[in-house]
Amino acid sequence: MKFDAIIIGGGLSSLVCGIRLQEAGKQCLIVSAGQNALHFSTGTFGLLGRLPDGTAVEEPLLDIPKLPENHPYSKIGIERIKEYAVGVIPFFGKYGIKLCGFNGANGWRFTPMGTFKPAWLALEEIPFFKSPDEVIGHKALIVNYAGFMDFNSVFIAEGLEKKGLSCRIESVKLKVVENLRANPTEMRSINIARVMEQEECWKEFGRTVHSLLKDEDVVVVPEVFGLNNPLVCDWVREMIKANVLFVGTMPPSVAGIRTQKLLKKAFENIGGTFLMGDEALGSSISDGAVTSIKTRNLDGTLLEADDFVLASGHLFAHGLVASTGKIEEPVFGLDVDFVPDRNGWYDKNFFEKQNYLGFGVVTDSRFRAFRNGSLVDNLYVIGSEVGGCNSLNEGSGAGVAIMTALRVADEIIGG
Amino acid sequence: MEKKEVSFNNFEQCIKCTVCTAYCPVVPVNPRFPGPKQAGPDEERLRLKNKMFFDENLKYCLNCKRCEVSCPSGVNIADLIQSARRRYSAATPTLRDTMLANTDVMGRLARPFAPIVNSMVATKPVKAVMDVVLDIDKNRTFPNYKAHGFVGWFNREARSKQAAYSKKVAFFHGCSTEFQHPEVGKAFVEVMNAVGYGVELMNEECCGVAMIANGLWNQASRHAKHNVAVFEKMVGEGLPIVATASTCTFTMRDEYPHVLDIDNSKVRDSITLVEKFLFDLIDAGKVTLVFKKDYAARIAYHIPCHMEKLGWSIFTKRLMQMIPGVSFTVLDSGCCGIAGTYGFKKENYEYSQEIGRPVFEQIRALAPDFVCSECDTCKWQIEMSTGYKVLNPIVILAEALDLPATTAANRR
Repeated sequence: MKFDAIIIGGGLSSLVCGIRLQEAGKQCLIVSAGQNALHFSTGTFGLLGRLPDGTAVEEPLLDIPKLPENHPYSKIGIERIKEYAVGVIPFFGKYGIKLCGFNGANGWRFTPMGTFKPAWLALEEIPFFKSPDEVIGHKALIVNYAGFMDFNSVFIAEGLEKKGLSCRIESVKLKVVENLRANPTEMRSINIARVMEQEECWKEFGRTVHSLLKDEDVVVVPEVFGLNNPLVCDWVREMIKANVLFVGTMPPSVAGIRTQKLLKKAFENIGGTFLMGDEALGSSISDGAVTSIKTRNLDGTLLEADDFVLASGHLFAHGLVASTGKIEEPVFGLDVDFVPDRNGWYDKNFFEKQNYLGFGVVTDSRFRAFRNGSLVDNLYVIGSEVGGCNSLNEGSGAGVAIMTALRVADEIIGG
Repeated sequence: MEKKEVSFNNFEQCIKCTVCTAYCPVVPVNPRFPGPKQAGPDEERLRLKNKMFFDENLKYCLNCKRCEVSCPSGVNIADLIQSARRRYSAATPTLRDTMLANTDVMGRLARPFAPIVNSMVATKPVKAVMDVVLDIDKNRTFPNYKAHGFVGWFNREARSKQAAYSKKVAFFHGCSTEFQHPEVGKAFVEVMNAVGYGVELMNEECCGVAMIANGLWNQASRHAKHNVAVFEKMVGEGLPIVATASTCTFTMRDEYPHVLDIDNSKVRDSITLVEKFLFDLIDAGKVTLVFKKDYAARIAYHIPCHMEKLGWSIFTKRLMQMIPGVSFTVLDSGCCGIAGTYGFKKENYEYSQEIGRPVFEQIRALAPDFVCSECDTCKWQIEMSTGYKVLNPIVILAEALDLPATTAANRR
């Protein structure tokens, strides 16, 4: 089966690249081994929150030129990054994903741990502030579902009290949600969100919270609304009649899952082919170029393309695989940049910068991969699998995914 | 001694991310089902220590495999659930379960009385009795048994013509083609013959999927062993095993080893669906399809759950899109709720219809000429719930093809 381009991996970078290619008339196939990191999203996109030396970044576009030359952003170049950055909100908006930002400057999201972290853009229902010192209100009512442990009201109260708000914590019991407690380990954001899709359920929640409200001007609730329709968040807000903050829970991420669904649907609607639950197993490479791949499900059917894009994620997604003393890329056997001494992979303090998160596939300036030291001419690498940056530490995960996806799509379209 | 594999069905790869739960069709409608993560890998860890941790509520799993399709870590979640039922369930199948599971036996019993049986099970009093006595929901419409089966037709009309073909396939027709929808088998033979392939039948048994679902484990294993032996002989003679039903195909490829623990490794990769078989031949330039000039249809494609798991809907899409005059819409992928025999059971009927609701709503909104689907139980559910006709892709293909011209194009 022949395509113009085959993308391995089904997450943010893959879908952005695939949509861009389809928009340009290229026939694309995405092969995705299960769902992806959007399911663990914060509901915000980071472009650059910190420089590698730890310096906080206020205006990502001003600081990107300070990054080392093997950083993916440096390979793309600041001029192109600026051009792509302007296009991100319209790109997502076209497919029903509304993003908000502060004219390119970093804003601040409120985490489920009650802290503030920098981010570049946020999905519409996510509380997003210009500064961590922004005045949110004076009194907060924090409401959780009884028995829902992925939303910690106490941490959130502590965070808000530091900002000078006085907080009151309540929990609500709704019959439909109580049903979920029969299996406490499955009482997760997504289960509640699926129940809260039903009009009578979110209305009952809205009514209940409104009746609990005394003199508070801020209401904090778990972000378990709008799995398919983000307008539900607005409707709940109207019912409660206060400044309602939908604060992210522990994963899965409701806003992230919605985003993934919308992007996948957009890709398919414009003619893309998406193989969900399939896995690229092997490839044929001749004369320094990939000719075809095989997948687990399609048996002998060869998948051929002019260009191949690897977007299969980092260690967590098995895009890279670690064994004692080495890190490998399993589909093509590409060259991976890592510290040979395993003691250098980790910092014993979990919250410190972890070097292993900065390992990735070696690429040239156009994100083409190397195998045994030789360039593979038509194989590009995008997203978290690209070496040269520690996205978690920098707060650049989504930014690197989107920017490398757009850059490689343009490379393929132009070529 | 019971085999205790540490990494049974890959369960230790589970990282508790709960993505499977997000895609489980049962979770939002039936709170008694513990959800795929808990029912699968979480409880497997406990079950391996002590079987008292087995939960009979695992019977609410549809075995749709959508959890496995979504799992980022490659855990065979539904296999874990079904295999736990096989290993630990103390429930004995009821008369109703046994009847529903034995699709082949029931078909043979019903056939001589087909007109009577069909009209009887369609009447309100009989439905009411079945509802009370058998717990088969009274709202359910039964598929019609045909007085004359596919194999009889093949022996009379087609068998003698097959010797003319040097290339051959072994056709696994399955129960519903034999007893309810012989037109699927006829279409298969017509199309295969037109593209230059002869068809051989085998001494096949029901694939056993309904037995797995209803806890008739020994019987399912017997069928599986029988089929694997028959397939090994065919594959040994160089014939691929080609089927038209997605669930049978999936069961014989993957459920035999994963759930029933039966080794099919010698034949697994030779078991295929006709859509994949044809597409691969066309893609390799070995087969040409010639379509009628005047065929036109607006088709909505419902991807059956097991087709999603196989990952082969791409072949059906490609084939259908080759037909000029077809407007082809793929529905948002979702379970129709029937899951074989699940939706026939009184205790599941409402869940079943609620699970399928988004699929039915999409079909009604699209108002296509008909729906395309590779699974016959999906067909029954969608026809009953929406009133729209559902056709197997091979039937659509046989109708759309200019068969004489295709025959001529492939004669070489």
